[in-house]
Amino acid sequence: MAGPGRLKRSVWYVILFIPFFVAIWVPLFNRIEPSIYGIPFFYWFQFALIVVAAAVTGAAYKAKI
Amino acid sequence: MNWPALTVFIILFGLVTVLGFVAARWRQADLNHLNEWGLGGRRFGTIVTWFLLGGDLYTAYTFIAVPALVFGAGAIGFFAVPYTLMLYPFVYVVYPRLWSVAHRHGYVTASDFVRGRYGSPLLALLVAVTGILATMPYIALQLVGIQVVIAAMGFAGGGLMGDLPLIVAFAILAAYTYTSGLRAPALISVVKDLLIYITVIAAITVIPAQLGGYGHIFAGIAPDKLLLAAPTDHNTGAYGAYATLALGSVLALFLYPHCITALLSSSSRGVIKRNMALLPAYSLALALLAFLGYVAVVAHVHDDPAYADYFKHYGNNFAVPALMLKYFPAWFVGVAFAAVAIGALVPAAIMSIAAANLFTRNIYKAYLAPQATPADEAKMAKLLSLIVKVGALAFILFVPTQYAINLQLLGGAWIIQTLPTVVIGLYTRWLHRWALAAGWAVGMCLSTWMVVSQQFKPTFPLHLGDWTLPGYAAFYSVIVNFIIAVLLTLAFRTARLAEAADQTVPADYEHDVT
Repeated sequence: MAGPGRLKRSVWYVILFIPFFVAIWVPLFNRIEPSIYGIPFFYWFQFALIVVAAAVTGAAYKAKI
Repeated sequence: MNWPALTVFIILFGLVTVLGFVAARWRQADLNHLNEWGLGGRRFGTIVTWFLLGGDLYTAYTFIAVPALVFGAGAIGFFAVPYTLMLYPFVYVVYPRLWSVAHRHGYVTASDFVRGRYGSPLLALLVAVTGILATMPYIALQLVGIQVVIAAMGFAGGGLMGDLPLIVAFAILAAYTYTSGLRAPALISVVKDLLIYITVIAAITVIPAQLGGYGHIFAGIAPDKLLLAAPTDHNTGAYGAYATLALGSVLALFLYPHCITALLSSSSRGVIKRNMALLPAYSLALALLAFLGYVAVVAHVHDDPAYADYFKHYGNNFAVPALMLKYFPAWFVGVAFAAVAIGALVPAAIMSIAAANLFTRNIYKAYLAPQATPADEAKMAKLLSLIVKVGALAFILFVPTQYAINLQLLGGAWIIQTLPTVVIGLYTRWLHRWALAAGWAVGMCLSTWMVVSQQFKPTFPLHLGDWTLPGYAAFYSVIVNFIIAVLLTLAFRTARLAEAADQTVPADYEHDVT
């Protein structure tokens, strides 16, 4: 059947799951500094990660994975 | 009685009621067929699915309970953020396969798939029963969301008068779900989501400004609440709890019948995949709502004598409603509260449809009436959707709310036990059906014991050697479930136990409409 090659798919799966691993690696972001406008790192980092995860998922869709 | 709020609330409620009944004529088809009543004919495109899934996943209870948890417990409550951001890549990769095989074979429920894949009526029954058990308390909890806002508008009297608005709201919901099926929540979710976004945007711009801005709010939170407690010697503490709560919730969510129903109602694989990139918009809204928990702390709503009675009755779940009452003009309180109440109706409708689908397909048709026609199925499902809702209503009116909350927590730990059967089944049927059933049984007992032994706290302090690893009970128990399924499969294969037929072929899992 037509579709992306196996290797391409595997690479994309790895990329898709990067935000996954970052999100559960708590020691990475459980800190106050660097804060932005008084918003601790813990909060703005995870908020930004939502946007990154969405962008990666969108890119996977564009790549027809 | 808060008349301006109540007036706006009733107008908006009236609007969605009309929509609910009009929905029966939308994309007109024969609603006496379960595929039409219970799955909207599998014809929802990207936009409708976006609203429907958004309305389904982010329930009113979520919008009340997540900020309430942050309000009471601080940073740990933010686990909802990694949870929703991990959810979409996971669903993107895994669940189009379920859509494909279900579309190919006309499966309406996960249990239909399990029956076809493993040729095992027993395993299918276990999956169906787990789904129904996990969904029932979830429906009841949606009512708690409505109850809180109705009380906040002045119906706090208790007794029949206090409960009457809730009964009326639910009767209306039951009526249009009965007539329109999944089309009703699909159409109403558009209004619900717009109201939610308007409310969230208003809340995060207007209220923090009056309290001195975001930095000031974070500065007003106790340092021990602001971050997770660091691990101590031989104890991973809040780190492991935070990560496993998020991860376990990701693995569990799309096993819930109401999520599968919304997923299967979409018109193609592409619709699902596009939505996994677009749905994080709701995650942003949820993260902002979680932050409102801190806003409520700094606003000292808890110490305000005007809300003391409500807090006594509804606990921290009153934090966000109190914040709105305090800072919004009365008419806009009506908009915000309508968003919560309508936000409860959409998932309650989908959940009752999903539970009805399961019962009809996998218990009624499978065991009680094998000769049932699609019309019989639709009739049964409609009736069941009513029974399910009356049951949920009675539960909330006559049983303490805490029971519903505890049962919903247990439901999450139960539904994840179907993970090896359903999700691994999408890739391989190497796991033996009886091994899966045994793993399920152990997982159900273990997760129940873990949750009950902690007095209905979601985290369980696992002792490994001289380490203590507090983590989500659902996550731990499903690992044990999986290990048992693997070990027994090896044993059964060695003993050459009988294999059953597989209805599906590998190409079914990649199938798409052209």
